[in-house]
Amino acid sequence: MITLEQVWFKYPSGSLALQEVDFSVESGSFIAIMGENGAGKTTLAKHLNGLLKPSSGRVLVDGEDTRKKSVAQLARKVGLVFQNPDHLLFSESVRQEVAFALKNFGYPADVIETQVKRTLESLDLSEYADTSPFLLSGGERKRVALAAVLAWEPDYLILDEPTIGQDYQQKERLRNFILQLYSQGKAVVMITHDVEFVAECNPQVVLMSKGKVVGSGSADRVLSSDQLVEKASLVKPQMAKLFARLKPQGFPGDVVDVHRAKMLLEAKLVEVKGSVPQSP
Amino acid sequence: MSGSSEIIRAERLGFKYAGTDKPAIQNVSLSIGRGEFVLLTGPSGCGKSTLCRCLNGLIPNFYQGEISGDIMVDGLSTSKQLTSELSRHIGYVFQNPENQLFALTVEKDIAFGPENLGLSRAEIRSRVDSAMHVTNTVGLKDLAPYELSGGQQQRVALAGVLAMQPSMIVLDEPTSFLDPKTAEEIMSAAEQLRQDQGITILVVEHRLDLVARYAKRIIVMNKGEVVADGGLEETLDTQFEMLTGLGVGVPRVSLLWAMLRRDGFVTGRVPTHVEEAADSLSKRLGN
Ligand SMILES: Nc1ncnc2c1ncn2[C@@H]1O[C@H](COP(=O)(O)OP(=O)(O)OP(=O)(O)O)[C@@H](O)[C@H]1O
Ligand SMILES: Nc1ncnc2c1ncn2[C@@H]1O[C@H](COP(=O)(O)OP(=O)(O)O)[C@@H](O)[C@H]1O
Ligand SMILES: [Mg+2]
Ligand SMILES: [Mg+2]
Repeated sequence: MITLEQVWFKYPSGSLALQEVDFSVESGSFIAIMGENGAGKTTLAKHLNGLLKPSSGRVLVDGEDTRKKSVAQLARKVGLVFQNPDHLLFSESVRQEVAFALKNFGYPADVIETQVKRTLESLDLSEYADTSPFLLSGGERKRVALAAVLAWEPDYLILDEPTIGQDYQQKERLRNFILQLYSQGKAVVMITHDVEFVAECNPQVVLMSKGKVVGSGSADRVLSSDQLVEKASLVKPQMAKLFARLKPQGFPGDVVDVHRAKMLLEAKLVEVKGSVPQSP
Repeated sequence: MSGSSEIIRAERLGFKYAGTDKPAIQNVSLSIGRGEFVLLTGPSGCGKSTLCRCLNGLIPNFYQGEISGDIMVDGLSTSKQLTSELSRHIGYVFQNPENQLFALTVEKDIAFGPENLGLSRAEIRSRVDSAMHVTNTVGLKDLAPYELSGGQQQRVALAGVLAMQPSMIVLDEPTSFLDPKTAEEIMSAAEQLRQDQGITILVVEHRLDLVARYAKRIIVMNKGEVVADGGLEETLDTQFEMLTGLGVGVPRVSLLWAMLRRDGFVTGRVPTHVEEAADSLSKRLGN
């Protein structure tokens, strides 16, 4: 478990990025942090792996204060994938980049090889194994940065804007990957502006605004609430907007996902028409 | 020349980066008219940013490689122009905004381009103020670029481009770092510029829902080539399977409709935005 207790953080320039933040990540949980540009999400993420230490308050990773640990010690447990992929990449090839941390942690060569291969495959990067990360497109680079952290299977995975540059198919892959991880008992925290991706993943949502946590709840509840959406500068996913308009027809108010939407509409259309659908 | 109704013309355009063995784009022929709002989409790595770099002259002037075919921008041949000259005609907001900012403060960064055009102080001031206003960056003006969050950097990069008042603006995945509300504001600001000043807009985006309201035309790329180019509404309706097969992020209301239609629950054209879907469904639900 990672716990932030009454965390405040001020950058050296004087900007107050976190204020009285209480937040916790349990094993096996899946959390999305959302909120306006400059809300403090990345600053919070960097506290989870000890990259930043609170100005006051404390952060505990499995009971240990991050102030007493080095980032290298914490990294094995807490993997952070940066918002900007270029902040991480430095190796000559994608393969080396993904193997880097595993080597540092002292894994034997055969384990490294299978682990790298598996991770590259799952993120659709195998064809670039011998390419330099700097020759890749923005979305591809983002996936390399992800692979480099996923490869060592940290207990806590912090993903800062993982869907940047990804097409819909890549997002689906990523979603399956995340589901697989947290079903294995890993904790996944993702920071994202992609409301449609959150609607499809259905994690717990934590909302931030101006350095504070301003709300939380399940994705369907949060993303369909006018008040919460407004508070965190979000926009409702399309299904929530659609069902807000269809409310007079007696639909539930918390539909955010397209598959649930389809089931509800099918039932209603059959009821109204009093007949089964004709195949086209 | 700049009076022509065509602002971009590419003919059999191709580019292969030095040190790679397959072209990043090939055989791209397209024409974009002045004042159009165009969406460019396609799978990650299909060549969208490479095409953008050809439009603003970064290719071939900065990137090493082999270019083939022809490209004209605002009546100019990109390979014969300095990129500084081209930047008065076409503004490019990079996919990764951090790579675009270099001055010591936000305000200086936004003013840099106009200052190099040799404009009067008053003109520079008014352009910078208006660009900061549109992008909501007034409150950031004295900060250093490295002190900004990802989304704040992206807004500043956009402000720098707006201040140049180019004939065309290319936004490369602009919404990726922006919060949803700002993303909407920036898209509608782009549409406003188009309407008021006739500026041509090209947006690269994976999520069609963010631009479907404004873009009348969609260009789809796959593996370096253009595979569809046409009206957004017709393309969504008639080539739906092709688009989803490529991994294009179609609007969720369009997907919902296409699934209901496939299973025989509804008939008729795939809607492209929420209001349209709501109206059609309400009608069918008898209300
Ligand atoms: N290195 C830094 N030095 C000084 N101030 C900073 C630094 N990084 C961020 N800030 C400031 O701290 C605040 C929070 O920034 P943070 O990067 O955590 O936001 P965010 O929620 O991740 O935003 P975004 O959605 O745009 O990525 C902002 O006001 C920002 O200007
Ligand atoms: N600077 C570069 N050097 C070499 N190859 C590159 C470079 N930038 C991109 N590529 C390659 O060109 C192809 C197209 O990339 P890009 O235009 O960035 O795609 P997109 O913007 O559609 O995601 C990809 O295969 C990518 O790996
Ligand atoms: Mg951030
Ligand atoms: Mg790109």
